[in-house]
Amino acid sequence: MTVAYHRRPVLWDIDYDAPDRSLIAIVGPNGAGKSTFIKACLGLVPKASGTVEIYGRPYREQRRLVGYVPQRESVDWDFPVSALDVVAMGRYAKIGWFRPVSRAHKAAALDALAQVGMADFAHRQINQLSGGQQQRVFLARALAQEAKIYFMDEPFAGVDAATEAAIVAILRRLRDEGRTVICVHHDLQTVPDYFDHVLLLNTRVVAAGPVSGPNSVFTRDNLQKTYGGRLTLLEEAAQAMAKAGTSL
Amino acid sequence: MPPSLHTFLSTDLPALLAATFAAVSCALLGNFLVLRRQSLMGDAISHAVLPGLVAAFLIAGTRSAWPMFVGAALAGVVTVVLVELVRRLGRVEPGAAMGVVFSIMFALGVVLLERAAARHVDLDADCVLYGQLELIFWFPPNTWSDLLTLDTLSQFPRQPTTLAVVTLLTIALVTLLFKELRLAAFDPDLATSLGFSATALHFILMLFVAGAVVASFEAVGSILVVAMLICPAATARLLTDRLLPQVLVSVLAALISALGGYALAATAPTWLGTPKALSAAGMITTVSGVLLTAAIFFSPTHGVLAKRLRHVRLAITIAREDLLATLYRLEEANQPPPAAAQSSVLSPQSFALRLALRNHEIEQTPSGALRLTETGRDAARRLIRTHRLWETYLVEAANLRPDHVHDTAETLEHLTTPPIHAELTRHPPPPTDPQGKPIP
Repeated sequence: MTVAYHRRPVLWDIDYDAPDRSLIAIVGPNGAGKSTFIKACLGLVPKASGTVEIYGRPYREQRRLVGYVPQRESVDWDFPVSALDVVAMGRYAKIGWFRPVSRAHKAAALDALAQVGMADFAHRQINQLSGGQQQRVFLARALAQEAKIYFMDEPFAGVDAATEAAIVAILRRLRDEGRTVICVHHDLQTVPDYFDHVLLLNTRVVAAGPVSGPNSVFTRDNLQKTYGGRLTLLEEAAQAMAKAGTSL
Repeated sequence: MPPSLHTFLSTDLPALLAATFAAVSCALLGNFLVLRRQSLMGDAISHAVLPGLVAAFLIAGTRSAWPMFVGAALAGVVTVVLVELVRRLGRVEPGAAMGVVFSIMFALGVVLLERAAARHVDLDADCVLYGQLELIFWFPPNTWSDLLTLDTLSQFPRQPTTLAVVTLLTIALVTLLFKELRLAAFDPDLATSLGFSATALHFILMLFVAGAVVASFEAVGSILVVAMLICPAATARLLTDRLLPQVLVSVLAALISALGGYALAATAPTWLGTPKALSAAGMITTVSGVLLTAAIFFSPTHGVLAKRLRHVRLAITIAREDLLATLYRLEEANQPPPAAAQSSVLSPQSFALRLALRNHEIEQTPSGALRLTETGRDAARRLIRTHRLWETYLVEAANLRPDHVHDTAETLEHLTTPPIHAELTRHPPPPTDPQGKPIP
């Protein structure tokens, strides 16, 4: 797929097949299009071309199998809702239009909060939570979705050590239950510890594959290609396309 | 039927109903506008309907109500669509998009109005701005038996009826789509990814805002409509921290504004001794503004006074703790206890001294010197311990220089909650702090 903002391509010709039952890190420099990749997969930004398939069928049909954890800063944490309210949002697709959140769904949300160690904070307003606790609430909301494949945008950004460990434990458990988690991740050092697969992204796919083992793509050479050598020619072409008003 | 009741039914009831329904429907929708930081939308729509009104008049050739209402509603919808288009295509922030669209629409309305004036018809611009609440009246029958006949009811003025329908529809919207509207306001991306299109919900909300604004402003004027959309919701926002209570409080604030404002407008001239009646719409706006101001100052959580009070309390606590710690350090160094220093009666220090004496944490010897009691000494020991634990932590974990940590620890000791204290003592602390003083 290709994604363009105002006709200027930010992701070129991405062809990626995510392996099932694995923890996948999306790694790349700022402006590489990592968040855009996730948003395009979820249909939140329009694609210039290409398709996204979830387990062999179009995303629109498989929406319920897909969970999403946006960046923590993307929402207003002064919003008048409790932690439990936010987690219950993960159940809305199951509840459907017009119906209120039933007791059973509230119980499921509470259970998800308990899984991230936040049961005691269920009735706090969300602005009374620390950054790490807010991130856990977001994670609990994703758990409440009970999806097969999760997209997470920097779940480790700005969290304390205890929260980071708790998140890692939950990600592993999700994988062991047969789910797939795709995370935008910033800390290169922890990639081999936390993830099985890596997608090295910089406007296009630099490399994708296992983090370790004989076929590892998480190599110095590939990282150099991802972070070093800017693709000046491609950037200039993108500028030119934006100016000319053509798209791919 | 007594004449006073007849007067009430003919002049007050229709106007009161119109004001109340307008206030409630606007307040309900205003909650979501305030949370989406789109409060200006009501302002935009209420100004932008002017060309719709004039165009409807020019086309239909009559000032009768229905063509005007349809024209205004269409203009409202056009505004909503244009704002979204300008925002997306012009790549500007929503506020700028609203500003551009509504000022151009209003200007267009003014030009059209001049064309209408050229045909020697007058459309009163004042009515658009201030409304005509006082002009809504009914001719009820003189006998009870005629009150509920179809004929008399069909004579009931249109504005309160329209507003009642709008209010019922708004209540239905907020009830049925409460969770969807909340989700789309809080996290539009998640809403869309869950299959609740944030764009669709935005348009539904805006359609209702346009409907409520158009139905209301005819009765209460476009300025009051803006206040009605924002003030009750903003008031409730300051008094609550959940959406459902916020919505209910906003409705309450709207009712108080509408009923209270109308009553004040009717009675205030007698108190003030002026023969001139006050504008009901103006008084309703004033009351809603007063409620908002009161909430800004007196809200127990977000209010200015509550915050000030918390500051003063903290200042007194810090002064008291500093007093206890100073006395403890003097005891530790075997120095004689000092006499109470004179400080201004209203200073935190003086409050702290009286508080500590009252709590029996310190006592005054006959010679006037201050001395710790056993209770006070225990409290002081805990504080000094926290202070020296912090100094140790700052030097050992944060690698600060030992002679730089006292002031930082002095601040942190007052703010140490039990969980932080537990974290500080996770590793058994050394017997002395970096300056070699014992950690009690």
